[in-house]
Order: sequence, then C-alpha cells, then structure tokens
Amino acid sequence: MEELMRKANEQAMNNIQKARPTLIGLGVAKDVVPGMEKKTIFHAGPPVKWEKMSGPLKGAIIGGLIYEGLANNEEEAVQLAGSGEIKFDSCHHHDSVGPMAGVMTYSMPVWIVKNEVFGNYAYCTLNEGLGKVLRYGAYSEDVIIRLKWMENVLYPVLKAALELHGPIDLKSMIAQVVQMGDEGHNRNKAGTSLLIREFAPYIVLTDFSNEDKAEVLKFMHSNDHFFLNLTMPAQKSALEPAGNIPYSTIVYTMSRNGTEFGIRVSGLGDRWFNAPAEIIDGLFFPGFTLEDANPDIGDSVICETSGIGGFAMATAPAIVQFVGGTPQDAINYTTMMYEITEEENDAYKMPTMNFRGTPTGINITKVIETQILPIINTGIAHKDPGVGQVGAGLVRPPMKCFEDAFEAFVDKMTSEGIIK
Amino acid sequence: MNRIDRLFSQDLKVINIGLESFSKDLKKQEVSVVQLDWKPRAGGNAKLSSLLDRLKSNK
Repeated sequence: MEELMRKANEQAMNNIQKARPTLIGLGVAKDVVPGMEKKTIFHAGPPVKWEKMSGPLKGAIIGGLIYEGLANNEEEAVQLAGSGEIKFDSCHHHDSVGPMAGVMTYSMPVWIVKNEVFGNYAYCTLNEGLGKVLRYGAYSEDVIIRLKWMENVLYPVLKAALELHGPIDLKSMIAQVVQMGDEGHNRNKAGTSLLIREFAPYIVLTDFSNEDKAEVLKFMHSNDHFFLNLTMPAQKSALEPAGNIPYSTIVYTMSRNGTEFGIRVSGLGDRWFNAPAEIIDGLFFPGFTLEDANPDIGDSVICETSGIGGFAMATAPAIVQFVGGTPQDAINYTTMMYEITEEENDAYKMPTMNFRGTPTGINITKVIETQILPIINTGIAHKDPGVGQVGAGLVRPPMKCFEDAFEAFVDKMTSEGIIK
Repeated sequence: MNRIDRLFSQDLKVINIGLESFSKDLKKQEVSVVQLDWKPRAGGNAKLSSLLDRLKSNK
C-alpha cells in the first residue's frame, strides 16, 4: 500500500510541478466556460442550495441576477433565486474559480488560462477591487454599474491588448512575484504591477479612446488585488491534472462557499468532504468587529492548495500588517507547512527562506498524523448581503474535512482489498 | 559526590516536549528552557492512529 501511495503521490506532484499555466486570452463566460447558460450561476466552494447559502453569497447572486437583467431589484432576484429556475453549481465543476462569493454569470468577462503542458483550461472573472463589490455580496447600483463598465470597457481593451501582446507565462510571473514580497493570495501588489507593465504598452497601441485606455490603467492601478484573479485560475489549471490519480492522498481542491469548507483528494475523485466553515481571526476595517464577520468564503484557497498564499507567507512579511501577527509568525507559518506537504516547489522560491521552494502538495495522511492544518490568508466578508469586505486575516480549514477524507480513503483501500 | 548529587548541583538544562504551559512556568522562575512543539501521533486519537497503521501495513 505504501508503495502504491508513494508512486501515486509522486505522479500527482510531478503533474503539479510540471504545470505551465499561461494566460492565453479573455472571453465572455457564455462563450468559453463549460456548462454556462443564461439561467446558470456558478459560485465559490462546494455545491450549496440557495436556502443554505451565506449572506455574501446570496448578495452576490442577487447582484448577478440584476446584472444579467433577469431581475429588476432585490425582491425579484430573491424570488427568482428561490424559484428553482436558476441552476447553481460550483465554479470548480466547470474549470473555474472565483474569489470570495465567486459568482460567475452568463455575460461576465473571464480570463482564459491554459496549462500548456497538460492542455487543460481554467477561467476566472476580472477583479472588481476592494470594499463594496459583488464578490463580497454587495449589489447596489454602483456595483452593477462597475460590472457593466468592466464588461463594456475593461474587457474589450484588455482583450485587444493581450491579442497584441501574445500569451503571458503566468508560472514565470508568479515565480517572480513570490520573490517580490507577494504571497499571491492576500498580497498581489507586485503581481498587479508586473501585469500593468506587460499590458500598458499594448493598451496604448489599441484603437480605443484615450479616456478608455486611461480608465483601464487607472482601474488596474487602483486595485492591488487585480492579479489575484490570475493567480487563482493559474493554480486551478496547475492542480487539475493532479486530481483523480488512484491511491494518491494529495489534496487537489480546497474551497469554501461561506457556509461550508470543502476539500477534494486526488485518489478519491470528485467527491467533496465538507464541514462548517470557520470564522476568520484577523484585523477589521474601522467600524467593524468579529460580530460582523461571515465564515470563511471563496475559491482563493486554491492558492494554498498549490503552495502559495498562506504557505508562502514567509516571502511576504509585509502582509502581517493586513492580516495580523509579526514577520516571524509569517516565517513560522511557512516552516510549519513543510510538515504537511509533499515537496518544495520547483518554481516558487522564497528569498527569506534562503530560496527554499514553497511547501507544496498537502498530503492528508500528514495532516492526520501531525494534526497540523493548512494556514490560509484571506479576506473577511460581512455576514449580511450588500455590505462588502470588512477585514482580512488568517484561518484554517475544519479538521473534520481531513478526517472524513482520510477515513473514506482507508475504507476505499479496504473495499478494494489493498489493505486489511 | 555520587552521580545523582552531581546532577542536582549543576545548572538545569531543560527541554520541554509537548504542553507549552510547563515551559512557561519554568520561564517564570527564570529557568532557561527550550520548548519542543510536539503532539502525539494523530493528536492521540486512537481510531485515526489505527487507521494510519492499517494504511502502512501490507496485506
């Protein structure tokens, strides 16, 4: 059994290490994302029914229905969402990921990322900025107006610029940002800056008005998290080929919908192991407290699943001012993550750790053996729809997800006659 | 002086394994102590520990 697991995990890790996520274009969800229809909404985390959705996810769905013109106001949107007419599903089931509520609808522009080594794709919407935005459950008129501007101005300008530029090697870019003080999940300052450097000369060369070009550059510049929506599909595309490898105990998905945290383990196929999402310990924006916080939400934990984010905190000491703690804590978190991971990343090297590769590939047997849970850097959404982000901090998944997955793995091996 | 008496006449060199509160008590008494963060396998959960054993055994 040990030999079977060792070989399977070696295969899973090889697939992760060899991955070559590349930004190849932009498109509209209806044209490129598998399974997207007019009355379909994809969301972050494991599947969840409308009645059980958290405040921010419900808020984002209300906003998504208004944005699509399927509802005129909150009341109509709530009625439609609960009517059974709208098909809800996890982004993860459709080669996609979404930060926080992670809502993706029919008309939304998306980044198209291709893993050039394995040929699989991943999609993600464009980042709206911080504060009162759809992904934190806000759906007021200004939120919808911004989404429309993204569809009508930001998207065509970036699409045209990328066509002039050509594909962008995201693995190499993420490797650079990890050496520039970003951990790629909650700090994306370097990534956003590098992306602007790539895009700016080609935005200038497009045929759009100077006003539109300036607005696009200002929008990217004003939002330090703009690059997050590229690290996420990059990591999704890198992890997908590590899934569904028999006998592998490597986690290839971690995700939350604001109600539950879910994981998927390579050797256990597409099955989710869920448990109630935890409350985040962090720093709150002025005027907000722990009482306002929604439990953990978003697909952005795909970053930690692939060895960046909280796992690479040592390389982003400045982030402690955003999530709490000290630079030494950041080093300690990264060091601890080597205890539960399979390998050091070949590409993502941290100067503060003497250029050691980030801890990559969570192994459920190591989590069970050591009882050390993955550390996650994340934003905090208000628990009520329509409010937005209220802080940022650190959180861990529920141990139950790992215990249940581990027991299921042992049961599977027993039923297959591999162990007694 | 026999060995045990010799031991007690020396400065204490303490490594505390596991529960951190023991090392904190010593620190309060100004005894230098190295804290080793250790937990029993599977946090002492007998069921999980036996499942780990089963995975590591060959049929």
